[in-house]
Amino acid sequence: MLPFDPRAARIALVAIVTREALRFVHQRERFLAALVRPLVWLVVFAAGFRAALGLSIIPPYQTYITYETYIVPGLCGMILLFNGMQSSLSLVYDRETGAMRLLLTSPLPRWWLLTCKILASTLISMLQALVFLAIAAAFGVRVSWTGYIAVLPALLVAGLMLGGLGLALSSLIKQLENFAGVMNFVIFPMFFLSSALYPLWKMAESSQVLYAICASNPFTYAVELIRFALYGQFNPLALAVTIGTAVAFMGLALRGYDPARGLIRRKG
Amino acid sequence: MTAAPALSIQGLGFSYGAKRALDGVAFNLAPGAFCALLGPNGAGKSTLFSLMTRLFTTPEGRIEVMGHDLSRAPNAALATMGVVFQQTTLDPDLSVRRNLAYFAALHGIAGRDRDRRIDAVLDRLAMRARGNERARDLNGGHKRRVEIARALLHDPRVLLLDEATVGLDAATRGDITTHVHALAAEQGITVLWATHLTDEVLPDDRLLVLHQGRILADTTAAGFAPHGQLREAFLDLTGGAPHAAI
Repeated sequence: MLPFDPRAARIALVAIVTREALRFVHQRERFLAALVRPLVWLVVFAAGFRAALGLSIIPPYQTYITYETYIVPGLCGMILLFNGMQSSLSLVYDRETGAMRLLLTSPLPRWWLLTCKILASTLISMLQALVFLAIAAAFGVRVSWTGYIAVLPALLVAGLMLGGLGLALSSLIKQLENFAGVMNFVIFPMFFLSSALYPLWKMAESSQVLYAICASNPFTYAVELIRFALYGQFNPLALAVTIGTAVAFMGLALRGYDPARGLIRRKG
Repeated sequence: MTAAPALSIQGLGFSYGAKRALDGVAFNLAPGAFCALLGPNGAGKSTLFSLMTRLFTTPEGRIEVMGHDLSRAPNAALATMGVVFQQTTLDPDLSVRRNLAYFAALHGIAGRDRDRRIDAVLDRLAMRARGNERARDLNGGHKRRVEIARALLHDPRVLLLDEATVGLDAATRGDITTHVHALAAEQGITVLWATHLTDEVLPDDRLLVLHQGRILADTTAAGFAPHGQLREAFLDLTGGAPHAAI
């Protein structure tokens, strides 16, 4: 095997990121949809539930906060989650159009090519999340400048985890038509059964079973990692779970794209 | 002394579950050879291409490209290979040049070297004037030319084309087959041309006939059909397969 050539690997990384960025630029509706979705939650849903949901002081908050403030990290997570699934959809599309063949037959290690794809999708997710945070600030949900900087690595790690999930799912989805199932069975449960919209102690008051599910949902830890980072704090458990889950999803994706197991193993 | 084969396939077998798609496929292609792989739809041509490009791993047998074992040294083998798939793999939203640049990057080629190579392959395929057009705006023949140009960008020694002219009119198919024959003759590129269309095979071409996963004939087109009735000879050999050659 050719030795891993760092220069060739870097050139491929830049090309894959640029291609994803160009594709994103060409799909302005996708960008708007990615922003409108969390903004509707922030402006409409949060306004409606502000009075209904009382929030006690929980870390990382040191005082009472509005419901809008509480859900902003969860909505950042929502952007990453939907974008991870969007990249999964785009991978399935790539497979149907044959573009994936081009990628997988290039003379670079497959793990590196797939890592490039995840990284490209994560960087685009991060950009969307930052734009959302800027809009949220305009609606009065602000954090300190250090929070905006500290959240970058948290968004990166959470984005890699959800990008890995998207990649792993794309190896399982055989046709674009099956993607609706992913919405129902992956995105919605993952989002609603997490700490994105309500703190876990609230869930525990309602149902211990649902609380246990929420507490074992890796998306909860990704959201908490973002939440703590936005307030300049570090949550080691959230980081460990998010990184561990990212590695596990990446492993599943590599397995799915292993030519011996063959996601592309379709009748030729 | 005989030159080492550019492409060597030995004892290749592959199954989709219980269905045997390839069985004991073996052949060697010398450097600079043009070889037509003729088989009806479903003969196993695309499966063979998936194995040769490592989209599937090789469960039985061995594939060597320019002396590199595809299973043991996949990156070295793939680096010497250009591939045109049956399905178009251009990004429709990118320009021709951007499509080529993307492919070049996947082969570690960037900067001035990339631009020089892109100009050269576009010139070779008479496509330079269309370099800034989006791929989706090209007609089928031009898309195929761009894909062939792309497959040549990294100076491969072996060029694999899987039904590269499918869906094109006769004149365009003729242009493309003529050009690919010239590549083999003038630049010493080894070409494996999979097709189910007998009119794309010239009398002097090496001919492999694949049917139901087996190589039924390995000769020249003239040797296979001495009286020039290639289609009839092919239908006789494959039992008049309903989706056979045209």
